[in-house]
Amino acid sequence: MPHVRFDRVEKRYGDKPVIRDLTLTVRDGEFFTLVGPSGCGKSTVLNLVAGLEPVTSGEIYFDDRAVTHLSPKGRDVAMVFQSYALYPHKTVFENLAFPLRVRKRTQAIITHEVRRVAALLGIEGLLVKEPAELSGGERQRVALGRAIIREPAVFLMDEPLSNLDAHLRVRTRSELKRLHARLKTTTLYVTHDQEEALSLSERIAVMKEGSIQQMGSPLEIYRFPANTFVAEFVGSPQINLLSGRLSWDPAPYVELGHVRLALPPVPESPVTVGPQRPPCNVIVGIRPEDIRVLATASPTSDFASVISVEPAGGRSVASLRWGPHEIRALAAGDFQAAPDQTVGIELEAARIHVFDACTGRRLPWDGPLTPRAGS
Amino acid sequence: MTAGPARQAMLRATLALVLTWALSPILWQALTSVKPDTELVILPPLLPAQPTLAHYTVLFEQHPFNQVLLNSFAVAGLTAFAALALGTLAAFPLARLPIRGKLLILGVVLGCSLFPAIVTVGPLFIIIRALGMRDTWWALIISHTTFALPLTIWVLANFLRDLPEDLYRAARVDGCTPWQGFTRVLLPLCRPGLAAAGILAFLFSWTEFLFALTFTATEAARTVPVAIVLFPGVHEIRWGEIAAASILVTLPVVVLVLIFHRQIVHGLTAGAIKG
Repeated sequence: MPHVRFDRVEKRYGDKPVIRDLTLTVRDGEFFTLVGPSGCGKSTVLNLVAGLEPVTSGEIYFDDRAVTHLSPKGRDVAMVFQSYALYPHKTVFENLAFPLRVRKRTQAIITHEVRRVAALLGIEGLLVKEPAELSGGERQRVALGRAIIREPAVFLMDEPLSNLDAHLRVRTRSELKRLHARLKTTTLYVTHDQEEALSLSERIAVMKEGSIQQMGSPLEIYRFPANTFVAEFVGSPQINLLSGRLSWDPAPYVELGHVRLALPPVPESPVTVGPQRPPCNVIVGIRPEDIRVLATASPTSDFASVISVEPAGGRSVASLRWGPHEIRALAAGDFQAAPDQTVGIELEAARIHVFDACTGRRLPWDGPLTPRAGS
Repeated sequence: MTAGPARQAMLRATLALVLTWALSPILWQALTSVKPDTELVILPPLLPAQPTLAHYTVLFEQHPFNQVLLNSFAVAGLTAFAALALGTLAAFPLARLPIRGKLLILGVVLGCSLFPAIVTVGPLFIIIRALGMRDTWWALIISHTTFALPLTIWVLANFLRDLPEDLYRAARVDGCTPWQGFTRVLLPLCRPGLAAAGILAFLFSWTEFLFALTFTATEAARTVPVAIVLFPGVHEIRWGEIAAASILVTLPVVVLVLIFHRQIVHGLTAGAIKG
């Protein structure tokens, strides 16, 4: 399996840039996900890899082979489309067989391969049916089967799960993961669903307006978001972003309007701000799960008043008024509180994120700033 | 909306009126075609006392109607075939491939179809004479095809554009060249559009009169509409035979439309509504 390398790839539609200066390497056999809001260019990246659209400038390599100007046929990639794009006039058998027929394989090989893939995906019973007779989940499997049947160099998946209902989506997700563990094909996956990206991928690139905001393992991205966009996009319920002011006395702390939050010292970090600098405006990020909600305030806790509580089974999302801020916090599933009731909150100081108020960039308080792009 | 009895009656009455309006000329021709010569120009009786097939027999015995029918079928059939073959080849790139000025091209194509035939018949006649194609099928096939093509291209381009874009993209990723993607995936899905466009081209050619009259001189290439007009004898108008020929020439049209009316409607409205 080859790795896929983008070297300063740009894509413009007319004057409108869609992909800006994309340089990244999807490693050999890796499950790599591009995630971002709609219109961020992630699907365009897939089309560029597949050869369905030409790049404006830059090169794409499979290993050391430049494929930038090859037709889709010459690239040996397979793609699963969001719409599945099954051929409506062909049976499931013929849909699966199509990539092999185009390559003029013998009937014996075709039959053998179709049976093998159908068995792998558990769709042996559907081979004689036509796409119109299948359920959404079955269509999705056939689309997947058509992609894996000829053992391509690279898999491209464009939101393959987003047309499934929630239940089936989660189940198919784990099947996809198992399938990748088994086939070990280099996979480039596109989704707008951050949860899907976190649960499937070995590495993730978060995209916005055609450029990569951050790249790293799911945990890295979750724990050390490079900027406020990534912090807000990844994680559910969303992170709390509060504006504050960073000062030193001499230990660093942030002033949030009504409370002072002491920041843990990070001795080895090449801090871009320091005690010798004047105070500066920052945005403080606190994930809801890093806020503990207590039924009554304790001496060590701060306090907040309840706006509302939304139970969600195993846990509840509590909206709280905390000084001038409105924050979301995760509480136990059986947590109950009346509006305006005062509760105690405790913050996980080591998990507080601090971002520059002007650039939105992460200030490295609690860990290394992961590289923005490249690898 | 509830359909009350009064409303129902209104609807039925209107329907009856429209049907009478549309069908009575055909019915008249049908009756005329089976009336004996003596009853042709008198009324009553409306219905012939003794229906006869004499006019039909005369058609085939005294006129070269076999040859004329064959001409019509060949010209219309080959016109439909040529219009489809050229039309699909033009429609596919216009619908799917990245081409500059698509709208302009489609506009020019549509513009061509707006020329009245009478404007072009003179120049076309000169060209056809120069090519030595007077009084051959080809004169009619070529001129009919040029006139049928704009509609064919529009119908097919709309139809192709309405097919999900991902299908063609999937075909390309699965290893098809653009041509294979077109012939193996898109074309089979276009069958209703092909049927609609083909039939429209066939009907146009089948009923076309001006070119058929101008470019033919003998029974070698003369088509039915022209032959019917040239029936009249020197001293009389052969109403019975004209009626019989009209009925014969209408039958294939009726049969075709009955078989394919669903596709024709679908093909013509493709692109008008989503879903």
